[in-house]
Amino acid sequence: MTRFIVRRMAQTVIVLVLISIFTFLIFQVIPNGDPAARLAGRTASPDQIRAIARSWGFDQPIYVQYLRTMQKIFSGSVVSYSQQINVVDQIRRGLPATVSLAVGAGVIWLLFGIVVGLLSALRPGRVLDRVLGFLALTAISTPAFVLGAVLLYVFAYRTSILPTGEYVPLTDDPWQWFRHLVLPWISLSLAFIGFYSRVLRGNVLDAKHEEYVRMARAKGLSGRRVMVRHVLRNSLIPIVSLWGLDFAGVIGGGAILIESIFDLRGVGQYAAESISTLDVPPIMVIVMYTGVLVVVVAALVDILYAYLDPRISLNT
Amino acid sequence: MSTQPPLLEVDELSVTFGTDDGTVRAVDGVSLAVEQGEILCVVGESGSGKSVMTSSLIGLTRAANARFSGRAVFDGVELIGASERQLERIRGAEIAVIPQDPMTALDPVQRIGDQIAEQIRAHNRVSKREAFETTVALMERVGIPQARTRARAFVHQFSGGMRQRIMIAMALSCDPRLIIADEPTTALDVTIQAQILHELAALCRQTGAALILVTHDFGVVAELADRVAVMYGGRIIEQASVTELFGDPQHPYTWGLLGSVPRVDRPRSARLPTIGGAPPSLVRPPTGCHFKPRCPHRFEPCDDVPPLVSRLPGQPNHRDRCWLDVEEKRRLRLVDGDIRLVGAAT
Repeated sequence: MTRFIVRRMAQTVIVLVLISIFTFLIFQVIPNGDPAARLAGRTASPDQIRAIARSWGFDQPIYVQYLRTMQKIFSGSVVSYSQQINVVDQIRRGLPATVSLAVGAGVIWLLFGIVVGLLSALRPGRVLDRVLGFLALTAISTPAFVLGAVLLYVFAYRTSILPTGEYVPLTDDPWQWFRHLVLPWISLSLAFIGFYSRVLRGNVLDAKHEEYVRMARAKGLSGRRVMVRHVLRNSLIPIVSLWGLDFAGVIGGGAILIESIFDLRGVGQYAAESISTLDVPPIMVIVMYTGVLVVVVAALVDILYAYLDPRISLNT
Repeated sequence: MSTQPPLLEVDELSVTFGTDDGTVRAVDGVSLAVEQGEILCVVGESGSGKSVMTSSLIGLTRAANARFSGRAVFDGVELIGASERQLERIRGAEIAVIPQDPMTALDPVQRIGDQIAEQIRAHNRVSKREAFETTVALMERVGIPQARTRARAFVHQFSGGMRQRIMIAMALSCDPRLIIADEPTTALDVTIQAQILHELAALCRQTGAALILVTHDFGVVAELADRVAVMYGGRIIEQASVTELFGDPQHPYTWGLLGSVPRVDRPRSARLPTIGGAPPSLVRPPTGCHFKPRCPHRFEPCDDVPPLVSRLPGQPNHRDRCWLDVEEKRRLRLVDGDIRLVGAAT
């Protein structure tokens, strides 16, 4: 276990170095990427631009710029180019919304994914399975921004059943927190539910034909016990790792579209805004933050996996 | 011969599967009886219906396109068409199953001991603790060292032979009256096949459980069986006590099987005799006797299905499905002093 954790921590460091270099370089080579020109504004003279470049250090060699940025990031003093506000503070401000979105949606898509997958697998090929399969494919192939827009139109603009967006902190008003997150949760979850249900359905149907399931029936176990203890227990293992990584992606600010449509002002929306203004420091921080989350969650998933499936060892 | 009714009496059991190519008659009117505590070996080549027959008895043939007819009475209870709930009570408790492949028959993510204990608890009102103690005792009984520790291990930590011992422990866990073992050693190393089978037979004798042993190994049959049923094309074509079958085999197919067993008293260079031709299609089987197309001794009556009856005076329980005259059979089957099936087949 110690060896596993040490190895994963080393991996995390390598991942961080690589993605930060990569992100930094991308913004060096894209057109219109010169931050001094952007900071100086549209009417600035070449002298003003040079002055800004000198004071921000944009005239230094790339590796110096990179190292300085990294140093600022790890001391927590990094500021954005556009608004010159502290990036770490800004992300901290966005986290409650992003975490609320991720946790709520993650629970919803896991539960419904399992339920829908089980219902499909119960009687494969029958009407219910076909209907659910069709709905799953529709959900998977509907872009989140289309779904979000439709839901907003129906539930917020036409009927005002639910608010149009924005995030209300849980500690301020739990009921409003919930009401404001219902549509984002649904918009984010549906495609995942579709995908998870299909994966689980396949797993359950495979497991049903396993010899150990037949043997479990031969032992005289009730159909219910065979289903829960043997079929489902084995079918859910891959779902666990899938969920861990998807959840890490969302909590790492990956739900950019959903956060923006519903104006949740979370980490994802911050990332979207920073990308549209080519604001390198926040982008770097968010990318690294996401990277850390994904690596850590992947490690947790692996530990859980080794616990759920005794054939997996952490030390190989 | 015992006067009590047989433990299991199968009467004209048929199992068919509807497919796009037509109806597959996997089991075609099988009748047999298993007495209390006896070992019945079912032999036959692959696809002769052995496995479908045995798994249908306990409702484990669950394909949606399967159709069953006939009867199978176990200790007064009709098995064919019994409700799932009734079968659950019988399976694992009264009739236990030992699977073909112990490699895949154990759940990879559950502890071995738990998998035995869950069967005990499915049929007996005992605490988890008691079920676990019984499990350890069973594992010791089937020869697993350090059973208490091993009960907490997982299946991937067991060798093939140990896994099959676990399956035997499982089968014995609720003191069944009948154990169905479907080629229980084909997936195992040759070196331990005989050992496992002897242990299984010995445990059956000890506990008084009857055993249906599906096999294609005539050596096993000769050593362990009380009685033998030979299956071909979904039918039983000969059924007898082991001495009757080996001493006076009646069906040409049985001669062929016996003749193709390797023997130490033959020169090594001699080719093993085989039965020409291929097993019958179960979708469009030959009319009459299923073995007719491969049988060198066929004649007109073979176009009608021969009934499974005793044709031998003095051997009332020796039944076969062959129209040939008994004396003629005794002459035809002897080739160079051995029982064999010789002659052209199409």
